[in-house]
Amino acid sequence: MGFRKKICIVGVGETKVGKLPGRDSITIGAEAAKLALEDAGLKNTDIDAVYVKGLMDEPEFMYSVHFFEYMGMRPKLTSVMDLGGASPLGMLAHAAAAIDAGLADVAICVEGENDATFQPRQQGVGMTRVNEEALGIYGCVAAPISYAMVARRHMHKYGTTGEQMAAVAVAMRKHAVLNENAQMHTPITVEDVMNSRWIAEPLHLLDCCLVSDGGGAFIVTTEEIARNCRKKPVYVLGISGQQTHSSLSQLADINAVGAFDAAPRVWEMSGLGPKDMDLAQIYDCFTITVMEQLEAYGFCGRGESGPYVEGGRIELGGELPVNTHGGLLSQAHIDGMLHVTEAVRQLRGECGARQVPNAKLELVTGNGGILSTHMGAVFAV
Amino acid sequence: MTQPVTVQRPKPIATSDTKGYWDSINRREFKIPKCNACGKWFYYPRIYCPYCLSEDWQLQTASGKGTVYSFSIVRHGFGPIWRNFVPYVPALVDLAEGARMTVNIVGCAPEEVKVDMAVQVDFLEVADGNLIPVFKPA
Repeated sequence: MGFRKKICIVGVGETKVGKLPGRDSITIGAEAAKLALEDAGLKNTDIDAVYVKGLMDEPEFMYSVHFFEYMGMRPKLTSVMDLGGASPLGMLAHAAAAIDAGLADVAICVEGENDATFQPRQQGVGMTRVNEEALGIYGCVAAPISYAMVARRHMHKYGTTGEQMAAVAVAMRKHAVLNENAQMHTPITVEDVMNSRWIAEPLHLLDCCLVSDGGGAFIVTTEEIARNCRKKPVYVLGISGQQTHSSLSQLADINAVGAFDAAPRVWEMSGLGPKDMDLAQIYDCFTITVMEQLEAYGFCGRGESGPYVEGGRIELGGELPVNTHGGLLSQAHIDGMLHVTEAVRQLRGECGARQVPNAKLELVTGNGGILSTHMGAVFAV
Repeated sequence: MTQPVTVQRPKPIATSDTKGYWDSINRREFKIPKCNACGKWFYYPRIYCPYCLSEDWQLQTASGKGTVYSFSIVRHGFGPIWRNFVPYVPALVDLAEGARMTVNIVGCAPEEVKVDMAVQVDFLEVADGNLIPVFKPA
């Protein structure tokens, strides 16, 4: 396993996040794509592979085909990728493999959706497949409910506390406060999290991610082509994934999530380990999600993420800054795409007040469904 | 005079591979798929055994005994139907036979539900007289 060519990311784009009334998914995705092209110093006609995350709120047949036409592109390869929040890194893995095999040279990977203004607030994120596991008939109709079950079992097995989970939310908020393009700018304390209303016990409101409009994009190519681009390339040293289930009932041990299987492959392919990382962008749909992945990637032992996240360890200035943009918990829910773009911008030194000094090696993860899909990657400069 | 509106819980949608299961439930028979080829019980019903892909499986009467693997107490109203039933308890229940199901725990206060609690199947009527299996403390 490993690339023969040096695969790198040469351009990133991020739209404003939050509420974008009057916009729709394709105009948001198009804006993100254009920003990424401008960042790279490339033209739409330079792109020969186009990947787009599948839309959640509206069914659209052959969406990536509609999208590349909309952007005036004419690619050799195109695909919709739908792994939920693991889609951005899923797109990266497939784009990188295609480029490494010479099937394409320059790929763009795009996500854009108006989940906040399109979707009525009552619904939450639907996870209902009535004719499969009949989740809908038991009221298991939104992601927080199933993630709450994962948290409950983690607390039961390992003694993890609500206060420890809250420390993750506090860290993400601290970072969002420093990020102009974030939805939440008011600092919070562990007490604030514990006092926020229950959504699905043991998850409080502040343990749960935001709902957002917005989009992002990145451009992948070879080191050779990167020489003609505007900024220094960010290399993809390793990437892997593990997909495990659709309904949570079908995962034998709900705390042994796919990340535990993917992590050794990510480390092996990159030739690095957790101690080498300067920072990490870890998919954070819920506080428990971050904790599972910290264990999976070996930043702490299995079941030990509770003590690990206490005391500011994952805050800027701490041992392992996590989600320097504020994450899904406090910046916005852009399906993990902004974890990728933030990762790139940190390694380029573009993050201003939230810059990690001397950032050179970084873990990025994605997760979708109910810890159903997982991707992880190591980026480097 | 206006009639009071009673919100009903959604009923199951039977598909080609689940019809037999839901028909049994409607007769108050708790039957779970069991594969004759590899001997494993599985849930949810589907065309092939998910372990060995054999078509040779049948609905067999299960004991109705289980333990709570995990659960949540839902306190936020997710949508126009479910906000009427808050608080309610979705749970993962391990059947004695080895399969796991997503269900609701009923018959006790939500605060009394615990991981590893022993439970027993019961039947709950939802929309249009349909029944669904739920679990109560054993």
